[in-house]
Amino acid sequence: MNWFYIKGILMLAGMNLMAVLGLSLLTGFTGLFSFGHAGFMALGAYAAAWAGVRMGLPFLVALLVGGLFAGLVSLPIGRLTLNLKGDYFCIATLGFGEAIRLILDNVQTFGGARGWPGIPIRTELWNVALICVAATLFMVRLVNSRHGRNMIAVREEELAAKTVGIDTFKYKMLSLFVSAVYAGIAGGMMGYYTGFLQPKMFGMARSTELTIIVIFGGIGSVSGSVLGSVLLTALPEILRTFAIWRLVVYGAAVIFIMISRPEGLMGGREITLEAIRRLVRGRRAEAEAGAGAGTGVGEVRR
Amino acid sequence: MNILETHDLTKTFGGLTAVEDVSFGVRRDSISGLIGPNGAGKTTVFNLITGIYKVTAGQVVFDGKPIHNVDPHKIAQAGITRTFQNIRLFKRLSVYNNILTACHGLAGYSVADSTFGTRRYREQEEQLKREASRLMDVMGLAEWRDKQAVSLPYGVQRRLEIARALAVRPRLLLLDEPAAGMNPDETRQLMTLISRIRDEFGCTILVIEHRMDLIMGICENIVVLNFGRKLTEGSPRTIQSDPQVIQAYLGEGVNAGA
Repeated sequence: MNWFYIKGILMLAGMNLMAVLGLSLLTGFTGLFSFGHAGFMALGAYAAAWAGVRMGLPFLVALLVGGLFAGLVSLPIGRLTLNLKGDYFCIATLGFGEAIRLILDNVQTFGGARGWPGIPIRTELWNVALICVAATLFMVRLVNSRHGRNMIAVREEELAAKTVGIDTFKYKMLSLFVSAVYAGIAGGMMGYYTGFLQPKMFGMARSTELTIIVIFGGIGSVSGSVLGSVLLTALPEILRTFAIWRLVVYGAAVIFIMISRPEGLMGGREITLEAIRRLVRGRRAEAEAGAGAGTGVGEVRR
Repeated sequence: MNILETHDLTKTFGGLTAVEDVSFGVRRDSISGLIGPNGAGKTTVFNLITGIYKVTAGQVVFDGKPIHNVDPHKIAQAGITRTFQNIRLFKRLSVYNNILTACHGLAGYSVADSTFGTRRYREQEEQLKREASRLMDVMGLAEWRDKQAVSLPYGVQRRLEIARALAVRPRLLLLDEPAAGMNPDETRQLMTLISRIRDEFGCTILVIEHRMDLIMGICENIVVLNFGRKLTEGSPRTIQSDPQVIQAYLGEGVNAGA
């Protein structure tokens, strides 16, 4: 295993993380399931590629254009679908994702189904890492503010949230917008990583994969999403020795985790600095006194 | 002076008229009751006042301003909040976080403020936490602080729901069957609590209840609904001896004088 290979996996994990973090806000914290986030990734990818290749904007600005474009598109979509309850919203997003893919397949400006080659390679490990750290910090700050608490209230009991004065529609819109921006930036990085874009890259399978990672990591946990993204991106690579059985083993592993730990890896808890400190202190105390141990995870927030 | 008035309030669901031409007033700083047999339309009236249902006809006037067909969260911000017959807590959140979430209206910081941890964010967040702790103490919930709402005993869940409603700082608090499922002892405690809330939080309270001992014990004015219409209105004493009310509860054929 050489560094180039590992670097590739890390970058892939980072790009997945970006999309998963956004979806985590929508699904994990606001309680809205989406099976169309690959659609937002596609919008971001094509918009970022357009901004960079056709408009000549620098890479980071192009990514921003991709993210904002996906976010802008999410506004009318949210306006139309966020009043739908539960399953209906989910089906609407599924339709949206497929519609975006089919439109890109048939519009020839960006190469249609044949794809769009020749996008310069700009995504590097350092800029992926930088973007991911910033995105994670923003997410942690957001979910720990009154805005994040209001989103969680929507997830827990929407009617009660309204009667304590929370504008639930506004917070669902905000959540969808932020998650779309994240997905858009993730898509943008992907285009500048492979140097090639094709609508097929953003099918249903990718949307489902993102949702799987969110649930795998644990609903309502940012650290769960981070852990889930890294593990589930690396897993298919580790399983390469299984050759054609690789994805079967991957599926089995996910099913195993969900059966043995239905609340996900983190189960709504967070890895916090405070918890790590407590763990270290606990270990030390254990070594000294031979008793007492920290738990390593923060209090339940959900 | 009435804090809330309904004028010819009507609500139909398809062909069914759930509430018809109901007019009543709730006096400021009073504890009032809304009673009636099952299916009389009491909860529907609450849903109309809090904006959960759209009004078919008629008006709801709060503090001199019409509020019917306004979004529920705006009505809450205007100062009316409620509890639910089938408790609706933020189930998987802790007691503390249930109240903290409901305190949100006291803070006004933006997403940017929380992202960069500005002074505005820190100060307001500190204020929210103080307020949540204070409410927990006042409502006797401090010992349950970090317990998940869903794991609490039934009576404590009811109390938490009232505490969460108080976090909104309401001027009118609607309680939908707060004593449902409580034993006589808990009911007595609840009565004291309701009177205490009126005095300490300075809010008007309107209660739906089936427990006549509670209603008769604390309400100054009682509105009786039957089959979606207002039957009568008055003080506990007049309601108790009203033949119409007795008939509505016990059915036809009962001699009112007996």
